[in-house]
Amino acid sequence: MSSKNYIKIKNLSKSFEDVEVLKNINLEIEKGEFFSLLGPSGCGKTTLLRILAGFEYPSNGQVYFDEADVTSLPPNMRPSNMVFQNYAIFPHINVQRNIEFGLRKEGLSNEEMKHRVQDALKMVQLEGYEDRYSNQLSGGQRQRIALARALVKQPKVLLLDEPLGALDKKLREEMQIELRNLQKSLGITFIFVTHDQEEAMTMSDRIAVMDEGNILQVSPPKEIYHSPKNKFVSEFIGNINIFKTNILKASPEELLIDIEGLGKEKVQNKFDISQSDMIYSAVRPEEITITKEKNSSEHNLYKCIIKNISFYGESTYFYVQPINSEKIIMISNYNDEYSLKENDTCFISFEKKNIKIIKD
Amino acid sequence: MIRNLRDIYFRSDQAKAYTLLSPALILVIIAMAAPMIVMIITSFNTQISMIEIDRTFTTGRYEDFFSKPIFSMLLFRSVKISFFVTLLTLITTYPLAYYIAFYVKKNKMLWIVLMTLPFWTSYLLRVFSWRVILGNKGVVNSALMGTGMIDEPLGFLLYNQGAVIITLSHAWAAFAILPLYVSLDKIDKSLLEASYDLGNSKFETFWRVTFPLSLPGVIGAILIIFIPTVGDYVTPQLVGGTDGRMLSNMIQSLFGRANNFPLGAASAIIMLTTVCIIAAVVTYITKKVSMRMS
Amino acid sequence: MYKKNNTLFIYCIFYFAFLYIPVLLLPIFSFNDSFHMVFPLKGFTFDWYVQMWNKSRLHQALFNSIKVGVIASVVSTFIAIFAAKAFTRYKVKFHSLSYGAILLPFIIPEIIIAVALIVIWTSLGLKLGLIPVTISHILFCTPFCMLILISRMEGFDKSLEEASMDLGENSFWTFWRVTFPLLLPGIIASLLLAFVISFDEFILAFFLSSSDQTLPIYMWSQLRFPKKFPHILALGAIIIIVTSLIVMTAYWLRNLGQGKKKDFTIGI
Repeated sequence: MSSKNYIKIKNLSKSFEDVEVLKNINLEIEKGEFFSLLGPSGCGKTTLLRILAGFEYPSNGQVYFDEADVTSLPPNMRPSNMVFQNYAIFPHINVQRNIEFGLRKEGLSNEEMKHRVQDALKMVQLEGYEDRYSNQLSGGQRQRIALARALVKQPKVLLLDEPLGALDKKLREEMQIELRNLQKSLGITFIFVTHDQEEAMTMSDRIAVMDEGNILQVSPPKEIYHSPKNKFVSEFIGNINIFKTNILKASPEELLIDIEGLGKEKVQNKFDISQSDMIYSAVRPEEITITKEKNSSEHNLYKCIIKNISFYGESTYFYVQPINSEKIIMISNYNDEYSLKENDTCFISFEKKNIKIIKD
Repeated sequence: MIRNLRDIYFRSDQAKAYTLLSPALILVIIAMAAPMIVMIITSFNTQISMIEIDRTFTTGRYEDFFSKPIFSMLLFRSVKISFFVTLLTLITTYPLAYYIAFYVKKNKMLWIVLMTLPFWTSYLLRVFSWRVILGNKGVVNSALMGTGMIDEPLGFLLYNQGAVIITLSHAWAAFAILPLYVSLDKIDKSLLEASYDLGNSKFETFWRVTFPLSLPGVIGAILIIFIPTVGDYVTPQLVGGTDGRMLSNMIQSLFGRANNFPLGAASAIIMLTTVCIIAAVVTYITKKVSMRMS
Repeated sequence: MYKKNNTLFIYCIFYFAFLYIPVLLLPIFSFNDSFHMVFPLKGFTFDWYVQMWNKSRLHQALFNSIKVGVIASVVSTFIAIFAAKAFTRYKVKFHSLSYGAILLPFIIPEIIIAVALIVIWTSLGLKLGLIPVTISHILFCTPFCMLILISRMEGFDKSLEEASMDLGENSFWTFWRVTFPLLLPGIIASLLLAFVISFDEFILAFFLSSSDQTLPIYMWSQLRFPKKFPHILALGAIIIIVTSLIVMTAYWLRNLGQGKKKDFTIGI
């Protein structure tokens, strides 16, 4: 009876006063998925999450949990639980009672409640913290208590609203791994809101990239990275070089294009592009090779001048400009063997298959 | 149908908000709006006997008010006294607010508490205290005579407008300091440092930066002091004598001994109207002034 | 630059003296063995306190004031809690209008309210007494309580209530388990301060009561009689002390659990 698509969002839109914050959202989320809503501030991802939780009502559209229409259900009647951005730990009761909080309705005995709380604390590695109060906990600890409090209710869906935003980098990275492992072991559907694309990429089974109330692409991380469907997505995820591109000739299998700064190229026509379409070409910085000398290569070589070099520890970023062009191209390299300096000439090349064609 | 209504209710934030507000709004409607309407109606009536009121519409009471000079005189005096009370209170409390906002580093709260505490003691008793202080046999006079500075008590201290003004500026001081303090405290200190940096003297900085920025607090203080003072009863009654009598004292007698409810109602409405007009004008002017200053 | 300013400091000290002397005079003279409040002090006595103890009318007035004060503070606080929740947790249409309307009784001169209420009350043929006094006090105190509770509610996070709902509690239980405990210091502060306001309130009581006196009315009636008023001083001294204690407790409560964020609106 229960379908693979545990959560369905149909034709959902939401306006606050006159501002349309979500525009015709359609989404299906599978059971047991780690699903991320990714986008810049103001794109509507938090609003969407809150609608799923029941804190906002959509202006139009429906929300289904396991085939049941929950659109009008208040938050306390939904099979989902939320981890809030600022944790929302109740300051007037201790950790034990915080975690127990949602269990009152279930009519468990004191024994059982204690047991469940212990399990929950074990899950987040905070055994022994039962008697502490919110103001005696660090940010990371509070976050874990918030997690435990939500999970102790054994929800079908866990909603997380940028839970790692306030943590420092190292802690955040640890928590990302922990959360992912937790999710896998529990098998619960996690819906995770973040503006940090690295975070989304690390943790998710699938990502929905959002901008200005629209969902632009829903795909697994690798696909989003290598096959971004539009300019926004390609620029939002990772670093990328976007080239203005003119279509010189279009046929069903091939495109002859003129790439800004680089010249003519022949590429596969994967998306049924016609002559009149507006497109961009894109190549990732790590997909480009840079050499000092012109060496033999099956790919096209382009002569460039190095405008800037930035050293980041494990990688080095080169900003180069092709001769006779204003375009600046970003290249990242893991081996800085070439002792290249600014204002040197160099040669760059890349495999044709790495040219991404993006429709505007 | 009911399910739909429930749905709409739950979806509507407005419905929930107004449900919560309803007790308060009902209270205001029953205990204030309705009485005011009845008061307005009564002001157009006539008092016939001790308890009877003729409800035929007449503007007679308003004519009474403006034809008998004493009423307008009292109204004018009440406004005048309130004006001076406001001025005096502002001038005397502003430095204190300034000091606490800028010079007190620790325990600001303590200062504020101490400052406002007197305000919580019985107003009646405080006014009475002033009567004692200012009277012929009162504290001031007996102190001055006792030390030989004067031979006879200073009679002019009590039972006049001056006494009313002093007493009221004392009564309102604590209440007035708060908006002043809050707006002064909010001022970003780095703005002042920038001003010094640009070569302004302390006085110039105050006049050109601090004071304009504190204007919201000043307006707040002005309105807090001025409006209630126009209608004050206790102080003029206890320390005002004949010279310091204000409109409220007259109004009270119209509901007491003089027993003319319609006239009392009319007087109250005229007072309220005057207060509203002045408040609106003050707010308007201060907004214009602060816009020009910034 | 802002280290010290001695002139200003001295001014402040003088001003504080100016503020407190009238207040302190009462306790001082309440122990003075004389019918007149003059210097020099004549002698120390407890007479006036003893006299106070024997006045039955005083006791009756005290009892009335307490009765009215308790009812007014409880009802005002109750109404104010809901109003505060409406204004802080919801976007109310006609926000300013409703807000202004509820605050109005606190802003306009009291005598206007007194006049309006006495007119309608007598027009309806009802008797003056403690009931209209109590109603007027509720009207007068509610705005004040609302301001206290609004600032308290703004101080704590909306997401706490959302978390409670998310964890399964409905509006009622959320209020009882989360909102109310966190509001409690504010609620108590509101009760205490509303009580003090009602207890000291004179003009509304003066207009609207008849034979049942509240304490301020009793004091007013005694002020003209030199032989009678020294015990008023004793009464006043006690009121001042008790009121101060209540108010300091309310101050402390108001800032309980708010950490560094001390709130000075309406300066309490």
